[in-house]
Amino acid sequence: MSEHVHRDDFGARLGMWLFLVTEIVLFGGLFIGYSYMRYKYPAEFHHGGAELNATLGVINTLVLLTSSLTVVLAIVAIQRAEKKRAMAFLGTTLALGLTFLVIKSFEWAAKFHHGLYPNAPHLGTLPPGEQVFFGLYFTMTGLHGLHVIVGLSLLSVMLWWVATDRIRADRYIHLENSGLYWHLVDVIWIFLLPLFYLAA
Amino acid sequence: MTTHATAQPSYLVDTGSRKGLMAWLTSTDHKRVGVLYLYSMISFFFVGVGIGFLMRLVQLTPFQHLITARTYNALFTVHGVIMIFLFVIPGLPAVFGNFFLPILIGAKDVAFPRLNLASWYFFMIGAILAVLSLFTGGGAPDTGWSFYAPFSLKTGTNVSLAVFGAFILGFSSMLTGINFITTIHRLRAPGMKWFRMPLMCWALYSTSWIQLLATPILAITLVLVILERFFGIGIFDPAKGGDPLLYQHLFWIYSHPAVYIMILPAMGAITEIIPTFAKRTIFGYKAIAFSSMAIAGVGSLVWAHHMFTSGMSSLATLLFSLLTMIVAVPSAIKVFNWVSTLYKGSIDFQPPLLFALTFIFLFAIGGLTGVMQGALAINVHIHDTYFIVGHFHYVMFGGTGFAFFAALLYWFPKMSGKMYSKKAIYASWFPMFIGFNMLYFGMLILGMMGMPRRYYVHLPQYHTMHVVATVGSWFLVLGLLAFFGTLIYALFKGSKAEDNPWGGVTLEWTIPSPPPQENFEAIPTITHGPYHFEQESK
Repeated sequence: MSEHVHRDDFGARLGMWLFLVTEIVLFGGLFIGYSYMRYKYPAEFHHGGAELNATLGVINTLVLLTSSLTVVLAIVAIQRAEKKRAMAFLGTTLALGLTFLVIKSFEWAAKFHHGLYPNAPHLGTLPPGEQVFFGLYFTMTGLHGLHVIVGLSLLSVMLWWVATDRIRADRYIHLENSGLYWHLVDVIWIFLLPLFYLAA
Repeated sequence: MTTHATAQPSYLVDTGSRKGLMAWLTSTDHKRVGVLYLYSMISFFFVGVGIGFLMRLVQLTPFQHLITARTYNALFTVHGVIMIFLFVIPGLPAVFGNFFLPILIGAKDVAFPRLNLASWYFFMIGAILAVLSLFTGGGAPDTGWSFYAPFSLKTGTNVSLAVFGAFILGFSSMLTGINFITTIHRLRAPGMKWFRMPLMCWALYSTSWIQLLATPILAITLVLVILERFFGIGIFDPAKGGDPLLYQHLFWIYSHPAVYIMILPAMGAITEIIPTFAKRTIFGYKAIAFSSMAIAGVGSLVWAHHMFTSGMSSLATLLFSLLTMIVAVPSAIKVFNWVSTLYKGSIDFQPPLLFALTFIFLFAIGGLTGVMQGALAINVHIHDTYFIVGHFHYVMFGGTGFAFFAALLYWFPKMSGKMYSKKAIYASWFPMFIGFNMLYFGMLILGMMGMPRRYYVHLPQYHTMHVVATVGSWFLVLGLLAFFGTLIYALFKGSKAEDNPWGGVTLEWTIPSPPPQENFEAIPTITHGPYHFEQESK
């Protein structure tokens, strides 16, 4: 009885945008922390940035940007009722997202190998500013990675729904909202890249 | 939807396949979700009251008795966490916002009913985790509700679980905010223009924006505390180059606006009650609507007044002091408007109005002592004393708490379909009011004398006032028990309430008590402002 047959795509989109605002503020807290710490330790952040692999960072940026494009193409395809093509584009997005995570995990593994992780004996011998740098690096890229995983899970469900026709040319708001979320993941990475990888 | 030839059943009647408790736990009806919140919150409220009562008993003598110092630390932490995160912050928006926002704007439900029920589950999961943290791990957190670093990073008590509970509660709060904003934008009835909305809706609207913009900062701060405790990332740890002051800033960037999450909907409820019993339209509708938004805006820029003695730059303290004084202006606008509404009204004195007037009185004391603390020189003197404790209990309990009681009295007949004994409510008001002022005005005086907060023993010179305050707490608890006892009795044995017992003119009084499942037989069309009293048109 209370389950109203009520559909408001504009409202759903508005709700999603509001949710994205909360995500931006969530990362905003970390960005505030980052700015303050970088102001306090400019030289140490410079050194810390030099330890990161900028090439891998840039490759990952390209991977994520492309995946954002393929999500948009999937939405366009579903609007034109081209189900197969939409599924292909969504599949590509998932593959690119996974690629991002794989590259990321190689980077993290290398840092662990070099003893550059919080509470590591080696990191403890470095100046305090660099310890904070790596603390922030793991926190921010880790939280971002968590968002990539959530985004990929969402998009997998969307792929399933496209396959089973729950998402169609006349009803694709869920795909659109998941796409918005994926763009957010992308946008946040675009800020993380210069703050960490290009800090040197 | 089908057209309703016959009247819909009330929302209290189970019409689905599920019955009883399961029907409630799976209902996405905003009214039922509101009632779920009401019951859970009042339960937590009484746990908090019990702890507060115990702490006052400890202060009955100057020496240690009843409990150990560590237990006392745990008690004031848990009292704060329960009261703030489980009662005062979610209180009015989650209970009365959920129940009445859709009705006040002429809608069938909120924009995302399933998300709304999910928010309640988030609330309960967070609450259960917070309560679990008291009994598991290294024992109840002993940091105070503010979890200040670096102590919260080092203490062996169960801070991580409590903080994680607060994180989940934040989720519930944010999702409710998203839901309300979307509801107000999308689901207003035809003709319900922005400036025809009852002012409760404006209050909920501004509250929702604070929930949306401030809560994520708390979320990330709490995540950082957990990461710091488990992995030692070092952001708040001076030994690793971090800065505990950063914690304080991040914490108060949320937790000061949270004060306005607590008080704005309370003000909104008072703004509904006063015109109904003054039988005239609200004085200065737009001023009240905009002052809600102004409080939400300016209130987000005053957080560092909690940190005047932390060693910030003196320029920063000056700016935050100024901004703090400014936020008193929109609050005062509301008080003046309420008083002006009563002026020359034909006042019908009823229990909700008594509690609303009590709110104004207590909130004025709370607000003015707040301005005192905004002044830098006074702040240094009274920082971390009982003056602070007295002040925020005047605002949180005298303000939000009494507004919650007033709103409960005002809407109880609508929500339950039953009327309570007005005499019993009046009788419960006396011990509550007298006890409240003995307890918390006593604390204001103690603070001025220099009694520091969070001490489990006190020096002999503070003894008299401590006894006064403790005796006050007995009256207060007595009044609270009588108050809720009256309402619970009415729930079972009360006489049937009329559809419009107070002569109100907003939409909730045009529908039956208790409201039907879809609120309205037909969505109303609105042609005038919310407080349109017939007898007033001269």
